[in-house]
Amino acid sequence: MTVDATAPPGKRMTVPPPRDTLGRRGSVFLSRHRRLRLTLLLSAPLFWLGLIYIVALVALLITSLWTVDTFTGQISQTWTLENIITVLTGSLYQTVTVRTVGVALLVTIVDIVIALPIAFYMAKVASPRMQRILVIAVLMPLWASYLVKAYAWRSVLSQEGILNWLLAPFGGESPGYGLPATIITLSYLWLPYVILPIYAGLERVPDSLLEASSDLGGKTVSTLRLVVLPIIWPAIIAGSIFSFSLSLGDYITVNIVGGANQLLGNLVYTNVGAANNLPLAAAIALIPIVIIFGYLATVRRTGALENL
Amino acid sequence: MSAEYPAIRLTGLTKVFGTATAVDHVDLDIAEGEFFSMLGPSGSGKTTVLRLIAGFEQPTSGTISLFGQDVTQRAPFDRDVNTVFQDYALFPHMSVLENVAYGLRVRGVSKRDRLARAREALDTVRLGGFGDRKPSQLSGGQRQRVALARATVVRPKALLLDEPLGALDLKLREQMQVELKELQRDLGITFIFVTHDQEEALTLSDRIAVFNDGRIEQLGTPAEIYDRPVSPFVAAFVGTSNVFDDEVSHRLFGHGGLHSLRPEKISIGSEASPPAADRTATGTLAEVIYVGSSTRLIVDLDAGKRITVLEQNDAHRVGEDQRGSRVSVGWNDVDVVDLEPAITHQ
Repeated sequence: MTVDATAPPGKRMTVPPPRDTLGRRGSVFLSRHRRLRLTLLLSAPLFWLGLIYIVALVALLITSLWTVDTFTGQISQTWTLENIITVLTGSLYQTVTVRTVGVALLVTIVDIVIALPIAFYMAKVASPRMQRILVIAVLMPLWASYLVKAYAWRSVLSQEGILNWLLAPFGGESPGYGLPATIITLSYLWLPYVILPIYAGLERVPDSLLEASSDLGGKTVSTLRLVVLPIIWPAIIAGSIFSFSLSLGDYITVNIVGGANQLLGNLVYTNVGAANNLPLAAAIALIPIVIIFGYLATVRRTGALENL
Repeated sequence: MSAEYPAIRLTGLTKVFGTATAVDHVDLDIAEGEFFSMLGPSGSGKTTVLRLIAGFEQPTSGTISLFGQDVTQRAPFDRDVNTVFQDYALFPHMSVLENVAYGLRVRGVSKRDRLARAREALDTVRLGGFGDRKPSQLSGGQRQRVALARATVVRPKALLLDEPLGALDLKLREQMQVELKELQRDLGITFIFVTHDQEEALTLSDRIAVFNDGRIEQLGTPAEIYDRPVSPFVAAFVGTSNVFDDEVSHRLFGHGGLHSLRPEKISIGSEASPPAADRTATGTLAEVIYVGSSTRLIVDLDAGKRITVLEQNDAHRVGEDQRGSRVSVGWNDVDVVDLEPAITHQ
């Protein structure tokens, strides 16, 4: 407006006033009504989140409180804590729960130990070009099918597989199928989900902080322990939530490379399918959910979630 | 020891990044207890020299000695120098006190001792009550002082400052300049101060090295640099200068070569009553710019050169309405500086 007023007439290119279209009127209306704008923006995702997420979880909880008619195989909607009690007291469920949590924790530890140096190299050492190549290399396995990758590991770990061939000259051998194979394969599968948050966390650490630590007399180990690790701790926790929760729910990998071992996911699968006991399956499925909530509560206590 | 060796000696220091030569055969001695500034435009190599001294970069060739000891191959944590970073580089997850105590912590000083010494260091920068805060809760000037305390608490033999006042506003910057000068006097150690602000360098330094294109173009005291610039680059970069080329010099000074003349060394009068000076020249007043304490006058000389004249404002100052009028300018021979024709890099 002021420009028009001071511009000498005829000396400037004239800009036509905006045309009064329906779209423009709509935009004007929306820009004046903040609540309506928010409602339109959020209603679809909120509906999705509410229905698929919360309702499904509640349905799971309710189902676990029902029972199955042993004669007809139909679900009978009589309220009972029987399934919950079975899951909490049955020695099978306790053993499998401990085993599953153990596997998930080991996978998480293996992933963090592998991801830290890779992410550090990507964020702080590699040239920009190398950095891009590595990000793609880390992402690439995610584009391949989960089943293909699991079966690839089955062949790697088999008696005639490449791992035996590689280790034989050094007197080693493949662990074969079992829990170690499950941990190896799951670590491989979830590694990108752990590398990426840690990489992103390290990217946000200015180089000058590392230089300052070194400048003040901090050797490499002190710098990593006192400066880098505390700053990227939230990123490590974020990565660990992925590997831990994905491992807790997995049942396919353990079927393919785990030998006769069962994890919680297998128990859920058997009860939904062969045993046709949906309420018991729901009760078992509640175990990893409770564990994850426990895990989140624990890491929250460390303050790691505040900076996510 | 200090009598025999300079605090810092750079010999043939060169740093090449890919195809670009950032630092080109720099030789330099910096004395103990000196406030030394490295002044230059961005990309002139001054920050790279600082980073080479700190050990963050390895030189392509040349050596760096601290008090006679060759430290070229040593890691930053093995050098007795500390850096104050441009972005302060305070550790965000530590309190102010922990930040200051960090250098003592990694050196294995006991917790009680290091916290006591860190508190002392915070007191000297007048941040005594701020130890428990996080760096994010401090203002820019306070962060700056924490960075100073953190770098000096470990008693370095030299303090390297990389444009430490760059992020502060003018008032704060002037205040911090005074504090820096006082701190340097109290500690008695060498300060190496990198800046692109010529006024800052002139105000603070014992000596200044003016950097251009990876080389030291001129080395001297602030007065030498300002009054006797050796090249057109120094004359133009440090303060404002009127630089006269060969042709105009012939007409104005009677002999050829490159010359410079500071705007405040030129006096001005009307064509009818020229100012009393060794030499005078006539011209037309092209522009009058009021800058508070003084007035900047742009004059088109008949000799074919546009010059700047700085006049202190007094009762009868030149008004804007006199634009276009004929004037006479005068200067004394002693104020004319012979410049070397552009310093040639082999």
